[in-house]
Amino acid sequence: MPEEPKVVDARGLSCPQPVLLTRNAMAECPSGPIEVIVDTGTSRDNVSRMAQRAGWCVAVEALPTGEFRLRLTK
Amino acid sequence: MSAFAKLLSSRWGPIITGCIVGLLAPVLVKLGNPGNMGICVACFSRDIAGALGLHRAAPVQYLRPELPGFILGSFLAALLFREFRPRGGSAPLIRLLLGMFAAMGAMVFLGCPWRAYLRLAGGDLTAVPGIAGLIAGVALGLAFLRQGYSLGRSYTTPFAVGITMPAIAVGILVLLLAAPQFGRTAEGAPTGPIFFSQSGPGSQHAPIAASLAAGLVIGFVAQRSRFCTVGALRDFILLRDPHLLSGVLALIVTASAVNLLLGQFRLGVVGQPIAHTNHLWNFAGMALAGLAYTLAGGCPGREFFLSGEGDADAGLFVLGLILGAAFAHNFNAASSPAGPAPYGPIITVFGLAVCILIGLTMRERRPQRPRRSPREVLEEEHA
Repeated sequence: MPEEPKVVDARGLSCPQPVLLTRNAMAECPSGPIEVIVDTGTSRDNVSRMAQRAGWCVAVEALPTGEFRLRLTK
Repeated sequence: MSAFAKLLSSRWGPIITGCIVGLLAPVLVKLGNPGNMGICVACFSRDIAGALGLHRAAPVQYLRPELPGFILGSFLAALLFREFRPRGGSAPLIRLLLGMFAAMGAMVFLGCPWRAYLRLAGGDLTAVPGIAGLIAGVALGLAFLRQGYSLGRSYTTPFAVGITMPAIAVGILVLLLAAPQFGRTAEGAPTGPIFFSQSGPGSQHAPIAASLAAGLVIGFVAQRSRFCTVGALRDFILLRDPHLLSGVLALIVTASAVNLLLGQFRLGVVGQPIAHTNHLWNFAGMALAGLAYTLAGGCPGREFFLSGEGDADAGLFVLGLILGAAFAHNFNAASSPAGPAPYGPIITVFGLAVCILIGLTMRERRPQRPRRSPREVLEEEHA
């Protein structure tokens, strides 16, 4: 049974809030996993870049709604 | 095409965009745009405001095709790469205000961040206090963001909302070409509603086709690479992430080299084109603008690109820029090469106060508890 991820809903938020919310979640839950939902390619790229620079693995899933689910694991 | 598009989405994207802007802006100056103003998002918004008669400062009136080009280039890229997404509803009125105050600050400095970097690349050292002010404004905005500042979420809107800014961009181009003269002066000569400067910066412009092409190219590549001259500073201060900053550095280096090649580089403080030497108000004007950009989520160029990919909130910021620039001139607050205007400093201080108030008070509302129905209330009372 995989661990229940901490969920960050960053849909509709301007830069750099998706990154800030994800960073806060990473601080609260340093071993992961974290699931981030964003609705723009820009937020997807920014959150992915920040997480990868911090040493996390990022798996991106494009949802049928046009949104993206990012699964962040240590 | 797809290889180039992939490259634009990579870490090279901002650098390529910076190089393209750094090349095209000095070339536009060579082709007729004002000195060190190959591209200036704030100044060009001000010129558009003047051409539409929203202010009557005769030397700064022209429908600059670069800016509609920004919107339409971004629109095309967003359509092509399936990133066009109509959205809006994130504190629209506040975004309009932020756009207005950003323009007012920019009018005190005489330029947006793009022009600040381009002025530096032309050898204009008065840009240095402006860029220092920009960094201070971004840092202040970040302090609010760290405390939980938010303009709230945007939501998906009908297609018509997303297409409005591209449609306005087309409208500006039509007015540029048609230049209707419906009015009559007291002497009976045709005048307005579209005004073009006969002298001054507004009269200096590259051929329409060149300006529009440059705008379209920049809009296209910047949509793909997310180029942002304020995000560059923000991400570096906040995360030590040089991704966007590398684009700004590429812009400065390329524009400096092209200016040197074209004989447009002149190192100094005094007598620089469309700039003044009051360092205090160069700093403060840009601090106001930097704060407003950071609170809105991006530099003025980025707001134009976002408005092209369907972001109506960014569209309101763009309209705020045009409106604010008009206000700055009408309120005698826009600087000239002689220095700040009589009401420039007071408007800057007022703008800073309003933006700080926005930074302190705007928080995302916590989701409220679901409202109980009258039956539930009654049932609880009788329990």
